[in-house]
Amino acid sequence: MYAQMVKTASNRVKTREEMSPEEQHFQDKIDNDVKIEPKDWMPEDYRRTLIRQIGQHAHSEVVGQLPEGNWITRAPTLERKAILLAKVQDEAGHGLYLYSAAETLGVSRDELIELLHEGKMKYSSIFNYPTLNWADIGAVGWLVDGAAIINQVALQRTSYGPYSRAMIRICKEESFHARQGYSAIMKMAFGTPEQKKMAQDAVNRLWFPALMMFGPSDKDSVHSEQSMAWKIKVKTNDELRQQFVDQTVPQIDYLGLERPDPTIKWNEERGHYDFAMPDWDEFFNVIKGNGPCNADRMENRRKAWEDGAWVREGLLEHARKKAARKVAAE
Amino acid sequence: MKNEWPLWEVFIRGQHGLAHRHVGSLHAPDAETAILNARDVYTRRNEGVSIWVVEAKHIAASSPSEKGPLFEPSESKIYRHPTFFDIPEEVGHM
Amino acid sequence: MAEVDKDKLYQFLLRMGDNTLILGHRVSEWCGHSPVLEEDIALANTALDLIGQTQMWLGYAGEVQGEGKSADDLAFLRDAWDFRNVLLVELPNGDFGRTMMRQFLYDAWSSIMLGHLQKSTDERIAAIAAKASKEAAYHVERSSGTVVGLGDGTEESHNRMQAALDYLWPYVGEMFASDEIDLAMAAAGIAPDPANLRDEYDALVGRVLDEATLAIPAGNYVHKGGRDGRMHTEHLGHLLCEMQWLQRAYPGCEW
Ligand SMILES: [Fe+2]
Ligand SMILES: [Fe+2]
Repeated sequence: MYAQMVKTASNRVKTREEMSPEEQHFQDKIDNDVKIEPKDWMPEDYRRTLIRQIGQHAHSEVVGQLPEGNWITRAPTLERKAILLAKVQDEAGHGLYLYSAAETLGVSRDELIELLHEGKMKYSSIFNYPTLNWADIGAVGWLVDGAAIINQVALQRTSYGPYSRAMIRICKEESFHARQGYSAIMKMAFGTPEQKKMAQDAVNRLWFPALMMFGPSDKDSVHSEQSMAWKIKVKTNDELRQQFVDQTVPQIDYLGLERPDPTIKWNEERGHYDFAMPDWDEFFNVIKGNGPCNADRMENRRKAWEDGAWVREGLLEHARKKAARKVAAE
Repeated sequence: MKNEWPLWEVFIRGQHGLAHRHVGSLHAPDAETAILNARDVYTRRNEGVSIWVVEAKHIAASSPSEKGPLFEPSESKIYRHPTFFDIPEEVGHM
Repeated sequence: MAEVDKDKLYQFLLRMGDNTLILGHRVSEWCGHSPVLEEDIALANTALDLIGQTQMWLGYAGEVQGEGKSADDLAFLRDAWDFRNVLLVELPNGDFGRTMMRQFLYDAWSSIMLGHLQKSTDERIAAIAAKASKEAAYHVERSSGTVVGLGDGTEESHNRMQAALDYLWPYVGEMFASDEIDLAMAAAGIAPDPANLRDEYDALVGRVLDEATLAIPAGNYVHKGGRDGRMHTEHLGHLLCEMQWLQRAYPGCEW
């Protein structure tokens, strides 16, 4: 997802007997759905894992502005331009809310940003894929935000209060993202042959990367197990991925597009669609930095940050001068 | 980070006359800019008619629910601010 | 409303709508690249307001023209010589300082102009101005604050803002250069003669630049040619290439 493969610090889940009284009390609260708040006692691993997860999520929102931002100046109508700009702006807001949530854990936004720029923190693999034609804008809203929403709706119940509240606010704002995407791709799929070709091309390219967003199967992952016990992860990667596929296949069919994976088939017995897994080698390569856009995305983010340094410093210096003048006048 | 803009907590009063409510936080160099930023960040969907901002470090918060802390958080773990106080639990439909 | 030449009214509306169209486009180029998230979100709001104003101005322009053209037709299917925006708004963004200085110099004009247009004898124009002037009042508050903050900030930010002002100032005069279209609008009570707005503008801009510790450059040469379409900068063509590409490459589609 936007936070894929978040490692927990410990390598296995403690049994109750191994827990200190504080840890037991902490786990009881989680089991009873009592939210953990910033000043409450928490295990150091919980805090560190959350910083990694929320930080990764925040970075994904901000880096995620770039592939869609790529089309703002080429949007084909004034209305589409306004919708897209408002949508990408929302993602900046999501980044802001999530950095704020992470800041309650004792790390600052600028620290997290520097970690990202030094390559010490990650963001979702999906944003390392390019947006190549206008239909990609529809497909990103529909598939990528669609996948993200599935995860984020689940995370509204996460155990850490500030994270949960950020998710609630984000989910409220997400309501239009997937819809504007689907409405854009509907125009393409039902438009001229060239438009339909763009729509098919977008779905073909983005389908498997969208499935990768949920991360590899977590059957054997001890990290997932600990995160589930702490309720900073609420459903397994496979559950969420299945939910996404089940919801999306009929939407592809409705558009009259070919399914991007010929093996997709309704499984009567399971009550779910069967489908092919993405190429996990490709996924790990993208995570390692070898995706089609990794280098460009990071260069863009670093450039924006470095070019903006004089602005941040200038405005701060002005605030200091103003405060000093006020004191001097009193 | 020595040149990081301070953190501000944002409180907004909506259309319906209820009290100002904490909606989130943001960074700004000074109070005036914090109000403008709050307007741009937190009222994009007509959420408010009045904005308060307060620098996070000036907020005093009640003690956490557990008393008798056996494990004091270390100095490096100071919680910078008690953010996101209460936002209603209702969930926007998808 | 007094009788007014339809083509002149159309030209006036293009001037209003092309300013917001081109500036909105320029500001939107910042999305995802601003110095800090709060600014990114604020700039997007500004661009969104400008796009909304464009829809109103060009929508009305299309009606007045009477050839069944929509705001989109006018935005995406005219060539550079038919654009009527001032040169100031088509200049490239430059650094953040230049963008904010350009924004302030435009916002100051636009907030004053829209204030007068609310009293237009043309009800449609008065209604558009009523909505847009609320937005413009916020824009100028925001951009003037940034100009002051960066002008009176660090040495580097001060120098960059002074350089931005030096570069942009020669483009300011075009906003106040009146011609026979403006005189016709003024005679009909549709819009003020822009030349008459200059004192108000100089007072506002002077006060802000003063606070920003920035000096208005000495020369009084004025670059023009945008609002009458006589000679745009080289930059407009590139902007249109990008903005109009899909509509041009795939004509007649619904999007
Ligand atoms: Fe988002
Ligand atoms: Fe989204």
